[in-house]
Amino acid sequence: MTFVPTSNAFKENATGALKDKPLQEALGIARQHSIQTRLNTVAKMPEFETLRDIGRDLKNHIIANLDHYLLQFEQSVIDRGGKVHWCPDGESARAKVLEICRSVNARTVTKGKTMIGEEIGINDFLFANGIEPVETDLGEYIIQLRGETPSHIIGPALHVTQAQVEETFREAHTDLDPARNLEDPASLMAEAREKLRAGFLKADVGITGANFLIADEGATTIVTNEGNGDLTQTLPRIHIVLASIEKVVPSLKDAMTLLRILARSATGQEQSVYTTFSSGPRRPTGLDGPEEFHVVLIDNGRSAYLGSDLEEMLRCIRCGACLDHCPVYHSVGGHAYGWVYSGPIGSLLTPMLIGVENAKPLPNASTLCGRCESVCPVRIPIPKLLRNWREREFSRAITPQTERSGLWFWAFMAKRPLLYRLVTRIGARALFNLAGQRGRLSSAPLASGWTKHRDLPATQGRTFQEQWKAKRGARS
Amino acid sequence: MTSQPGTAQPNPQELNKLGPISAGANVALFVTCLVDLFRPSVGFAAVKLLEEAGCRVSVPPSQTCCGQPAYNSGDRNTAVDIARQTIAAFEGFDFIVAPSGSCGGMIKHHYPQLLGDDAQWGPRAERLAARTFELTQFLAEQCGRTDFGAALSANCTYHDSCSSLREMKVKAAPRDLLKKVAGLTLTEMEETDACCGFGGTFCIKFPDVSNSMAARKVETIDATGADLLLAGDLGCLMNLAGKMKRDGSNVQVRHVAEVLAGMMDEPAIGEERS
Repeated sequence: MTFVPTSNAFKENATGALKDKPLQEALGIARQHSIQTRLNTVAKMPEFETLRDIGRDLKNHIIANLDHYLLQFEQSVIDRGGKVHWCPDGESARAKVLEICRSVNARTVTKGKTMIGEEIGINDFLFANGIEPVETDLGEYIIQLRGETPSHIIGPALHVTQAQVEETFREAHTDLDPARNLEDPASLMAEAREKLRAGFLKADVGITGANFLIADEGATTIVTNEGNGDLTQTLPRIHIVLASIEKVVPSLKDAMTLLRILARSATGQEQSVYTTFSSGPRRPTGLDGPEEFHVVLIDNGRSAYLGSDLEEMLRCIRCGACLDHCPVYHSVGGHAYGWVYSGPIGSLLTPMLIGVENAKPLPNASTLCGRCESVCPVRIPIPKLLRNWREREFSRAITPQTERSGLWFWAFMAKRPLLYRLVTRIGARALFNLAGQRGRLSSAPLASGWTKHRDLPATQGRTFQEQWKAKRGARS
Repeated sequence: MTSQPGTAQPNPQELNKLGPISAGANVALFVTCLVDLFRPSVGFAAVKLLEEAGCRVSVPPSQTCCGQPAYNSGDRNTAVDIARQTIAAFEGFDFIVAPSGSCGGMIKHHYPQLLGDDAQWGPRAERLAARTFELTQFLAEQCGRTDFGAALSANCTYHDSCSSLREMKVKAAPRDLLKKVAGLTLTEMEETDACCGFGGTFCIKFPDVSNSMAARKVETIDATGADLLLAGDLGCLMNLAGKMKRDGSNVQVRHVAEVLAGMMDEPAIGEERS
């Protein structure tokens, strides 16, 4: 685990995030941009909805035959001269990466953007073991300099404003002219590029993630918009691919199918700028590529959910569309979720990866509005799965006692219509009288959560059932 | 289509194929717990509209709530108990209509899921689901009626509740009905598909986040210049009215049924009594 999760403090984190002005500014810009760009691109593709069905069915097929495709992938990688390392958890994956780095006395490691790398905390681990990890993705580089974690699956520095990036660069790049002009975003990019070039050349090992593992080809795929991933995986002597088990796809054709919905859902692009395939180490007659090619295949608790009521979350292809369309994410950003993954999919994955007892509020931090499901490229029924987590919390008595008591009391009445009608009749009168002429209440007993930010509209004095019985009682 | 309560039900496939219903259909109103407690005038507006459309309206007295508070809190057993209670109360009618996409969605989509493994109750849930509709959807699409002769001089904007829009697929119906209200103009807000922050118990568990969502929704409402906010779900309406009144807004907030039925005697939601 890369850092102590604060997911159980979601509510407090969220309240802090709502008061964070630069964060709110960054979230506002991202929200408007991401929704519109996806809409524009999808509108140009009449078969997009059909592709989502195909994507869903494909991922379901893979999950049902995961063992088969993973073994096929391993054999194909071996046939290409690479190695596959099966790691049940983060600890074994970290140890394997360190072992490979030490085998070549690596001092510096360049990294492409990898969420599984964040998940297993590879950066801090390498650093603690005397190896310097250098992030090469611009967003990852920015947050690495700031000592932060990603706040979005595909836009790790989404929470940072341009002014903050400038500030960070001035603090970090003290060897450059303090009077240089960094007002233009392009100048910030150029400066990062300049700094990163040196890193590429001195790195002994390059670590990337993988968007897909192609079983029949023994190849791995990454998509980037900066080309940093290509340099990360071709320049150093050793290329390590970190990937979780559900990333495998049967064939190149299947990878292409998912690529068509991935970029459109993620960034609203028809295709990412770079789509890179890696298939094994440099051939004896080849001129470039790494000397060694390792795939570190990580389970980290996923296989325990195969065949469960939460299995469908393993379809996720990490596009981030659910974050981009989530009104809760729009309000609080990614860090409030307290661990690596955020937004609706984070609220599903985090309880799986760190234990639901360490992420209690996350499945509840949603209105179940369903906008995430309406844009998910592989049609993960996110609200349904969030509810499944809530059911697990309820059955394990993780749900807070006050909530359980409130529910019990409400259920007791709701299951007894006569009693219910009596209590609501009393309630309707009480709220009507309390509100008086004003027609609403600024505070009410047991309603502080409601009245903290809103008034409570009054009742009309008598319940519908009471009035209906008086008017038409004889008829029904 | 005028079977009496308790008689054998037509199968759901046949019902789905039906066009506009014939006069005299037996419709049971699912009042919803919020309308029952907070705004009975919405229930009476719904009854008036349904009767004008030629339906015979009943209100089963043994209804309480659709069970969402339990279902969405993870208390599946209670949700199942309440689903059975509701099915038993409503299955004798030709149609079940709710002035809410949220409660309608619970009955139509979630009851069959909750009871899917139950050999006895599963099919009963399916049969009920096939005959359950949100009010405006039922009027416009099942009854084929959009003009109820209402008139109101106002500039309104319409909020799509998430469950109406995404579970019940209600989008055109309320707009088609509002077009026929003489003197009324409808100005659409931006991001009509964004949640208002209500979310049932969500708004009480996470008041600050909910408030931020409501504030964003209110911004888009204000940007339309509308003086009247309408929606088909009282949960959203109470949330937004509560927020807007707290912040001193002059926009009036009402359930769409009140306008369509021309029943505007009660003060708007959260408004002073004169």
